[in-house]
Amino acid sequence: MGINFSLMAVLTLVLVAFAGVKFMGLQMFFGVVAPYAAMALFFTGVIWRVLKWAESPVPFRIPTTAGQQKSLPWIKSNGLDNPSTKAGVIGRMALEILLFRSLFRNTKLEYREGPRIAYEWEKWLWLASLLFHYSFLVVFVRHLRFFTEPIPFFVQGLETVDSLFQVGLPTLYLSDLAFIAAVTYLFIRRIIIPQVKYISLPADYFPLMLIFTIGATGIIMRYVTKVDVISIKQLTMGLVTFHPVIPQGIGELFFVHVFLVSILFAYFPFSKLMHAPGVFLSPTRNMPNDSRIVRHVNPWNYPVPVHTYAEYEDHFRDKMIEAGLPVEKE
Amino acid sequence: MAKIPKASEMAATLSHIPPQTGWMDTPTEFKQGRWCYGAKAKNMEVLGLPNPRDWSPTDADWKLPSNWKEIILEGLRERIGRFRSLRLFMDICVRCGACADKCHFFIGSGDPKNMPVLRAELLRSVYRKEFTTAGKILGKLAGGRELTEEVFKEWFYYFFQCTECRRCSVFCPYGIDTAEITIIARELLNLVGCNIDWIAGPVANCYQNGNHLGIQPHAFKDMIEFFVDEIEALNGIRIEPTFNRKGAEILFITPSGDVFADPGTYTLMGYLMLFHEIGLDYTWSTYASEGGNFGFFTSHEMMKRLNAKMYAEAKRLGVKWILGGECGHMWRVVNQYMDTMNGPADFLEEPVSPITGTKFDSAKGTKMLHLVEFTADLIRNGKLKLDPSRNDHLNVTFHDSCNPARGMGLFEEPRYVIQNVCNNFHEMPPNTIREQTFCCGSGSGLNTDEFLDMRMRGGLPRANAVKHVHDMFGVNTLSTICAIDRAVLPPLMDYWVPGVGVAGVHEMVGNALVMEGETERTTDMRGEPLAGMEDSEDEDI
Repeated sequence: MGINFSLMAVLTLVLVAFAGVKFMGLQMFFGVVAPYAAMALFFTGVIWRVLKWAESPVPFRIPTTAGQQKSLPWIKSNGLDNPSTKAGVIGRMALEILLFRSLFRNTKLEYREGPRIAYEWEKWLWLASLLFHYSFLVVFVRHLRFFTEPIPFFVQGLETVDSLFQVGLPTLYLSDLAFIAAVTYLFIRRIIIPQVKYISLPADYFPLMLIFTIGATGIIMRYVTKVDVISIKQLTMGLVTFHPVIPQGIGELFFVHVFLVSILFAYFPFSKLMHAPGVFLSPTRNMPNDSRIVRHVNPWNYPVPVHTYAEYEDHFRDKMIEAGLPVEKE
Repeated sequence: MAKIPKASEMAATLSHIPPQTGWMDTPTEFKQGRWCYGAKAKNMEVLGLPNPRDWSPTDADWKLPSNWKEIILEGLRERIGRFRSLRLFMDICVRCGACADKCHFFIGSGDPKNMPVLRAELLRSVYRKEFTTAGKILGKLAGGRELTEEVFKEWFYYFFQCTECRRCSVFCPYGIDTAEITIIARELLNLVGCNIDWIAGPVANCYQNGNHLGIQPHAFKDMIEFFVDEIEALNGIRIEPTFNRKGAEILFITPSGDVFADPGTYTLMGYLMLFHEIGLDYTWSTYASEGGNFGFFTSHEMMKRLNAKMYAEAKRLGVKWILGGECGHMWRVVNQYMDTMNGPADFLEEPVSPITGTKFDSAKGTKMLHLVEFTADLIRNGKLKLDPSRNDHLNVTFHDSCNPARGMGLFEEPRYVIQNVCNNFHEMPPNTIREQTFCCGSGSGLNTDEFLDMRMRGGLPRANAVKHVHDMFGVNTLSTICAIDRAVLPPLMDYWVPGVGVAGVHEMVGNALVMEGETERTTDMRGEPLAGMEDSEDEDI
């Protein structure tokens, strides 16, 4: 159900943009209004969601300790997987965010007769995720050439590195290949691993298909239809300088591409894509394991009914005296 | 006790392929041996918990209050506002599936709703439907689901099929911790009186009598004194423990399971012998006679209510600091909750070993030290005379208990102690120990007999790793630092790996400890002949 629905949704979006531009001349809407609205939704949405998270306190210090604690001085502690200092937490978070360290631990269950259970090497998910996110980042940075004048040196530098394996013209970007390969892998594993398929929701297929289609339309424009880059840059510069213009001669495919990107931005704050800002706030990762050393304060800590020693002794006094146990009141 | 299939049968019929129907359309069937009895009215009344009544999860009518749904949704709203963890974990899961095959209950049962991601989705689906715009409008398409009585019963079934072991959270790229979700889901269930009796009973006992088993003060003293006699019979040394003694330097608290049943009792004998040998100025308490905290498996509030006794008793007795015995979830509570909930313990002093003078900086806030840390320091400073050959009849491996592992990071200390008191030690495979350790399958208050089928399933990954070292190195002893482990691993071993016994680390310390004035030791604490002493045993007879 999820797959078909998501596929239909993405196809509909493509058709809407295509038809809107081709038959109704809605260039202004798809090239200007939609991107502005999407960016507005994106920024307000993300900020709103993060503020909502921040509104809820972290009442307890609950890091997942994945390494040796700091205890006796002669026992080597694992400052990254079980940090006891702020610096350690920064290190742990950096590894988590930049290298997906927890995902790197992934293994695959092999259940064999006997029973004999094995945990096999499984780094493909980690590799594909890393590749996906980094190639997306590279593609994103490369796109800055459409929004800057003059084009910053790092964008040009990145393009040079990205096109290291030059085959023909136009330049083939490695990031394009990696991006499509990774998204395809992530989609395929979602439908062929039975457990992953079982847990997948429309909200899991939709962003994958949307992102794939964004990549595909971009690649077609670049390598096949060879769009008019000069006109496109006029449009994009118009957007960033808040003097929007719709130059002549830009094909429908471009508007489809831009519309899908707008949808992605608008969808972001209301979806699981919020894992990106969310990971920074994860209490099992971003806190030091130091609650035996310094007190962590819970802002809503409230008094609770307890059974006091006095009540206990009142209940058992005779038996305690008989057993020779000391009591407060004879 | 629930009837369960033979081990070979259970293993052969196990499949991890999910059913054809989607999980929202697959009704939950309460399978024999996989659910626990409902909390009894009398136990809930002791604690003042809502909706006390006698009921069974297999009843069609759970006798919920008529406004149960409002109560649950209001409770959920309140908790979303109180716990960033919950709000975040409801929002950011991408369902990558990395956690799916990391759960011992999924590995052992193949039930897809035991995949951590799906267990969380049981709650998340309701959260989406009730608390997110997309879920309100799109419903099922956005992964949303109405909270119905069936959904509520499903929660009960599956949130009491999670041991809060946190293994999944090690693998989650966002650190989503199912334990956190289960803890809060159980809080919600408790709001309308749906706890299990194996938790509510011990909690009521602990609240009133000081410990989970309901041992009254005089009986507690009697039981410890029984072990004093046992030790005297073993090595001729008479130990004189004290109880509720004001002015002692240290208050010692350990789970009551160690007082009650073997093999935990041998661990307790080890404690007594060690403290006697080093001349520790300590006292037991009959009021704070429980290290464990089944309140933790009920609600944050109940955890606090039970845990409060530790500091209260330390203050009343005027001790300097607290020493805690071998226990699993007790140490997660002590490490991650106690000071926040019931501190600051400004009436105590920073723990210093009276024997070695070591200052334990890592416990300077809570003022509570783990016995294994304490013993490791004693050994390191050469304060104990140890004869590891007295454990030569044991071929040992070590099971990291979930909570000291993933809620504290206590890995090296127990290994250091074991390697100083035993000559034969072999680690299980790396994917099954330390932070990746597998649960015993019976933690978080699920160590009850009516749950035996699921316990054996959940314990399968652990048992399978033990079997590996049993076959390879002849390991015959599974050592551990958790009282629930000591209670539940013996039946688990009998089921999957016959021939492997279970021992606490301080039982082996007690075996190896050469005490001043002791008579010649021919047996270990269990009365089993020491290696090379098999003949002398025969002569005695």
